[in-house]
Amino acid sequence: MAFSRAPRALPRLFRRHYSGAPSPKAKLNLPIDYKTTPLLYHTPSALSGVTEFPAAATSKRLNYFQAINSALRTALSTSDKVLLFGEDVAFGGVFRCSMDLQTEFGSDRVFNTPLTEQGIAGFAIGAAAEGMKPVAEIQFADYVFPAFDQIINEAAKFRYREGGTGINVGGLVIRMPCGAVGHGALYHSQSPESLFAHVPGVRVVVPRSPSQAKGLLLSSIFEHNDPVIFMEPKILYRAAVEYVPNEYYTIPLSKAEVIKPGKDLTVISYGQPLYMCSAAISALEKAMPGVNVELIDLRTIYPWDRQTVLESVRKTGRAIVVHESMINYGVGAEVAATIQQGAFLRLEAPVKRVAGWSTHTGLTYEQFILPDVARIYDAMKQTLEY
Amino acid sequence: MRSRTTMKGLRMVNRGLNARVPWRIGTAQRWGSTISQRPGSDRVHFPGAVNSKFTTDMSFIKPSDLPAIPTYRVLDSDGELVDKTRGPPNVSDKEVLTWYKNMLTVSIMDVVMFEAQRQGRLSFYMVSAGEEGIAVGSAAALTPDDVVFAQYREAGVFQQRGFTLKNFMSQLFANCNDTGNGRNMPVHYGQNYPRIYTISSPLATQIPQASGAAYALKIQDSQNPNKDPRVVACYFGEGAASEGDFHAALNIAATRSCPVIFLCRNNGYAISTPTLEQYRGDGIASRGVGYGIDTIRVDGNDVFAVYEAMQEARKRALTGSPVLIEAMSYRVSHHSTSDDSFAYRARVEVEDWKRRDNPITRLRKWLEKKGLWSEEQEKEARDSLRAAVLKEFGEAEKEKKPPLRNAFTDVYEDVTEEAQEQMKELRRLLEEYPEEYDLRPYKDGIKGLD
Repeated sequence: MAFSRAPRALPRLFRRHYSGAPSPKAKLNLPIDYKTTPLLYHTPSALSGVTEFPAAATSKRLNYFQAINSALRTALSTSDKVLLFGEDVAFGGVFRCSMDLQTEFGSDRVFNTPLTEQGIAGFAIGAAAEGMKPVAEIQFADYVFPAFDQIINEAAKFRYREGGTGINVGGLVIRMPCGAVGHGALYHSQSPESLFAHVPGVRVVVPRSPSQAKGLLLSSIFEHNDPVIFMEPKILYRAAVEYVPNEYYTIPLSKAEVIKPGKDLTVISYGQPLYMCSAAISALEKAMPGVNVELIDLRTIYPWDRQTVLESVRKTGRAIVVHESMINYGVGAEVAATIQQGAFLRLEAPVKRVAGWSTHTGLTYEQFILPDVARIYDAMKQTLEY
Repeated sequence: MRSRTTMKGLRMVNRGLNARVPWRIGTAQRWGSTISQRPGSDRVHFPGAVNSKFTTDMSFIKPSDLPAIPTYRVLDSDGELVDKTRGPPNVSDKEVLTWYKNMLTVSIMDVVMFEAQRQGRLSFYMVSAGEEGIAVGSAAALTPDDVVFAQYREAGVFQQRGFTLKNFMSQLFANCNDTGNGRNMPVHYGQNYPRIYTISSPLATQIPQASGAAYALKIQDSQNPNKDPRVVACYFGEGAASEGDFHAALNIAATRSCPVIFLCRNNGYAISTPTLEQYRGDGIASRGVGYGIDTIRVDGNDVFAVYEAMQEARKRALTGSPVLIEAMSYRVSHHSTSDDSFAYRARVEVEDWKRRDNPITRLRKWLEKKGLWSEEQEKEARDSLRAAVLKEFGEAEKEKKPPLRNAFTDVYEDVTEEAQEQMKELRRLLEEYPEEYDLRPYKDGIKGLD
């Protein structure tokens, strides 16, 4: 991890919850069952109805890091302009996302950098400005901050500053693992998406699953001429497994997805908490027969798909926003304010936010600081009964 | 070019023009552009290079043509004095035995905790195998009032500065005796006095802080001449030295003449990245020269070399010259318990290094030759240290976690109104959904939120 950089052995660590074990009597706060969650495609045939996937696709069961690896391999094969670099990328990366890629594509295009995030980001910006498609890896989102100047003052403002010269850094993607895993404490748990989303000029993407990650990553590299901050919830790297199309395909950025339609309440989230939302929704729909909850994945945090969210809330009249990072000045604040402005007359209850408390991720307290199924369940119930 | 001074057989690369400016004078002297220039002078005092001669020879400096900075050593790998003409290290037998036991303690704790992590009894651990000599030898040259900024592979510095096994274990198990209040990942130790700032995971952030802290000590000590002046010691690895913070730290320390010693542990690997992909200069030491800082490279497996260099560095730091020490070693361990280094380096390379040299065995050989240590003492020391480690391990593991309020306190000096409301909301949830949360491991249960 920097220090501590490098949870290669995450799955083993997942077995134990160092921030406190799940309660033996828990009915809601159970470990997410990734084998049965409706958020993943558990059979190849489940892919066939999905419009975003290529028709007649062949597919393979991949976990999240393998899907990233597959996207990177596809990208490196599709265009010679694609470069892949970062700390420890050559041997496969501390999370195995770049496994075998140096062997397949050579050390000119896939390589280790010295340990300097500001250098990695600036190097990527320069390469992108000269027409390459650099995919830069920051080892942990917690370590992106030395690169903040390059991202905020350079990548985000590049097109605007260049103006009439037309020069831009489209094709630049900065990938980083983010989010809590149960034992990451202060510096291996953070989700800084709202910090980047505050600055227009960079697109901020947080995919929820292997198949989403592949399509969104290829889209970030090839389909958009804007720099992209691509955040991968690292707890999903090994936990989330599903069928992923083998072919090249893209999923549009800045387009939310209604994962589960419903009529009584809209739950808006992104990344790993979607799995908790899904578990909380199925518990609530069992406990309150007749209630039907709509679940939306924002997918891109900024610029975000306001219309899909507003359309949903105009239908349901109730909304909660769920995210892992701190509630204060978080994504939930932006979404709630937009709903308040765009659907005020349809609202039956205040928009509720379920998010991390306004503190740091203290090791032993993680499960009490970050949202869990019970808190989401409680918030939905309160909003419905308001 | 480099000028070198010899001090007690210790050669440090000197920073030239401003090397011996007493620190109380403050900033290094540099003449401004207004200085008058003698006609026919062979040099101009450019404001940016005050003593550079003109030349008609257009020669580029090719770093690879320069001789590599040598590595200072006192003992060879057999534990013999290399230079027979010099006296033995100026350290009492009692002190050397303490160093040895401290190195042994850390190495035994490492074995126990690495295994405990593998059994799933703690989430994470990092050993410092092969680097115990750097930590213990350097810390031995400091006074308790000196201040330390460490990275994460310096358990020996903590051990040498009085951190107890109970302190180590309380932190590792994040229990209610942990000074970090159960908030930090394992091995992120911290101690108020003798001060070692609590370890922060991000790399290199501590290095410029060390420069600033040293400046604060210098100002305070100049205002209070009755107290012994203090220095700051700052530890980091060769990988961290690639971060911008490293460069900023050395430069600002040089310009403000800070009493700080930068100690780079060059162990050859930053996780999987070998030094060849980390830098192309002559190690980290060559950079000290570039920043105008007194610099030395030492053999990190030689606890006496590290100690002597640190002692001399401390003297120099107190005269206003920051110092860079590059201590060479080899990371015989995996980066951490989350790493399997055989995915990127050959097992035989590691085994070779393990066999070749080790700071503990080298000192042991020296001690045995002097009749200060024996096979029997070794066995007895190992057994009793292991027993002491296991005792504290068992007690710390049983201890409760700190009270829940520690999740919210210390973000600000006072808990904000917003956070107070969040604590209330958390309490409501814990009361309304008691079966969903297990509060038994936490001291005072739900009352711990009060």
